[in-house]
Amino acid sequence: MSHSPDHPAIEVHGVHKRFGATTALRGLDLAVSAGTVCGLLGPNGAGKTTATRILATLTRPDAGRAQVAGFDVVSQPDEVRRRIGFAGQHAAVEEGITGRDNLYLIGRLHHLGARRARRRADELLERFGLHDAADRLVRGYSGGMRRRLDLIASLVIRPAVLFLDEPTTGLDPRSRGDIWEIVRELVADGTTVLLTTQYLDEADRLADDIAVLDHGRLIASGPPEALKAAIGTRVEVTLADTAQLPTAAAVLAALTGGEPTRDEAERRVGAVSVPGRPVALPRLIRDLDASGVQAQDVALGHPSLDDVFLALTGRAATDEPTTGLAPAVTP
Amino acid sequence: MSTLAGSTPGGGNLPGRSVAGPGDGLAPISLAGRARFAMSDAWTLALRVLLYYRHSPGLIVASLAAPLAMLVVFGYIFGSAMRVPGEAGYRDYLMPGLFTLIAVNGIMPSMTGAARDVGRGVTDRLRTLPISRSAALFGQTVADLAVSAVVLALLLGMGLALGWRAHDGLASAAAAVALLLLFRFVTNWIGIGLGLVIGREDTAAQLSVLVFPLAMVTNVFVPTGGMPGWLRVIADWNPISAVAAAARDLFGNEVPSTSAVAWPLEHPVAATLAWSALLLAVFVPLAVRAFTTHGR
Ligand SMILES: Nc1ncnc2c1ncn2[C@@H]1O[C@H](COP(=O)(O)OP(=O)(O)OP(=O)(O)O)[C@@H](O)[C@H]1O
Ligand SMILES: [Mg+2]
Repeated sequence: MSHSPDHPAIEVHGVHKRFGATTALRGLDLAVSAGTVCGLLGPNGAGKTTATRILATLTRPDAGRAQVAGFDVVSQPDEVRRRIGFAGQHAAVEEGITGRDNLYLIGRLHHLGARRARRRADELLERFGLHDAADRLVRGYSGGMRRRLDLIASLVIRPAVLFLDEPTTGLDPRSRGDIWEIVRELVADGTTVLLTTQYLDEADRLADDIAVLDHGRLIASGPPEALKAAIGTRVEVTLADTAQLPTAAAVLAALTGGEPTRDEAERRVGAVSVPGRPVALPRLIRDLDASGVQAQDVALGHPSLDDVFLALTGRAATDEPTTGLAPAVTP
Repeated sequence: MSTLAGSTPGGGNLPGRSVAGPGDGLAPISLAGRARFAMSDAWTLALRVLLYYRHSPGLIVASLAAPLAMLVVFGYIFGSAMRVPGEAGYRDYLMPGLFTLIAVNGIMPSMTGAARDVGRGVTDRLRTLPISRSAALFGQTVADLAVSAVVLALLLGMGLALGWRAHDGLASAAAAVALLLLFRFVTNWIGIGLGLVIGREDTAAQLSVLVFPLAMVTNVFVPTGGMPGWLRVIADWNPISAVAAAARDLFGNEVPSTSAVAWPLEHPVAATLAWSALLLAVFVPLAVRAFTTHGR
């Protein structure tokens, strides 16, 4: 794998983009090394789709500079287009023709010869489990099949850089797994992937690096492990008795410096320590014991990416109710 | 991972290896190559339209529905009480008008089709491909032209079966058909341009209802001579009137006029050509621009 830091596959400098009164991007900076997966995270409206569309030459930045595969997206869009694959947030396939013809036409528009385009369509349909549906009209495909066809339509050429905007939204777990597999294979083969997702576990599994966007700006980036390490240790205590929740919460607050979350139903308190204050297990047990808390279970570990997200943006990635952690910390 | 390695980016001829940067084996495209690609792009997008019709042949039949309904309503219901000047019957007058409707109706499917492509993201997908923008749209309009030629041929056949005749010879009739297809090409570009600008299928579908009144304020169904002054001016200068008058002229179905004739109807062939050139000069750049810059 050629990780060439001096020649990133994607390079974004100070990109601004407004749509009327809405500012979608305000000075975005981003660099993605060749042959890696970058997971673009951020709450709804953070500017992920806008950033992806600018890089895929669909939208023009108002200010700033962006390069993909070594070419400028504004001044050399055709050179960029010869090297990228793009699967947008919604499946973009022609409904009135067959899946096979969809792929064939895209191959031809990439200027593959007729025979090669046909062979490539066959290969992709076979490889990604759409062989049986290949000659049916896309109109009759299920949502998941469409999504899959849309994704493989972005692989008709083997793109140097692939943009996937929420590729697995609305898919069943098996199809999600399939798509992860596809991405891994592509990357093993040298493709660079920029992927936006709402599923943090997806980013955790696939991405070499994560870029967190909020309000059109990059607020954190780095390998998932580094991001997690930067926000400290996660502590969880399950109690025998709900009545002791407040006491246990107080102990955790004192120990971690963070703001504990309580789960009455599960009789559980949790907290993430503030950066630079590691929590040791013996100390935790001693403190709980000293306050008379009867713990059934004590767990200590790395925070999840959800915790990172919450700490960075002050918002949960998913809609599950969470009581506030410490306000935004930027590693 | 042999399957994914099968193709190299852009169909280049070096073995596939993704490298970020210009040194990835994809040669720059020469001017001649660009022209060749543009032709191939046009053909591929034409093919897309043709494949679409192949799977929905009902659409061809459906596009005959409107002219045929008009034929029944005007030709047989109203027509039974209608007189046009001269010896020819009303139905002889009406048929070229219905052929003109086929040309005018190019607006509707292309407008809703383009808006649907925008809405479903198909336009975006096309815009991420290294294709010539104008060639892509040109291919679509040419394919539609081929399909409309079939529709027009069917309607001509029905007209002949019902006793309508062209009286000025084969060459003149062929010129009429060519002019009708030219105008269909024009309305296609209008439809694509508007559809790309509108970008929503439901809005486009609602707007396409407006085509009907546009086609009514013309000489398609009745001569403009009997219309009140201001309406007559609009009808006389409506490009659709010029096309219908040119078709009547070339098919030999014109009727003698009872009053002074406006310039476009006096020189309908020249007027049709002029209108077509003007409309193409407006809508081709509009469509190409909308296609290139959509969502920016
Ligand atoms: N074409 C457009 N016209 C007007 N506003 C737009 C347009 N595209 C994006 N925006 C606005 O720009 C901001 C960023 O949108 P964007 O779609 O990039 O967010 P996102 O991070 O992809 O969100 P999501 O997670 O919901 O997909 C939003 O406030 C959005 O309303
Ligand atoms: Mg989005």
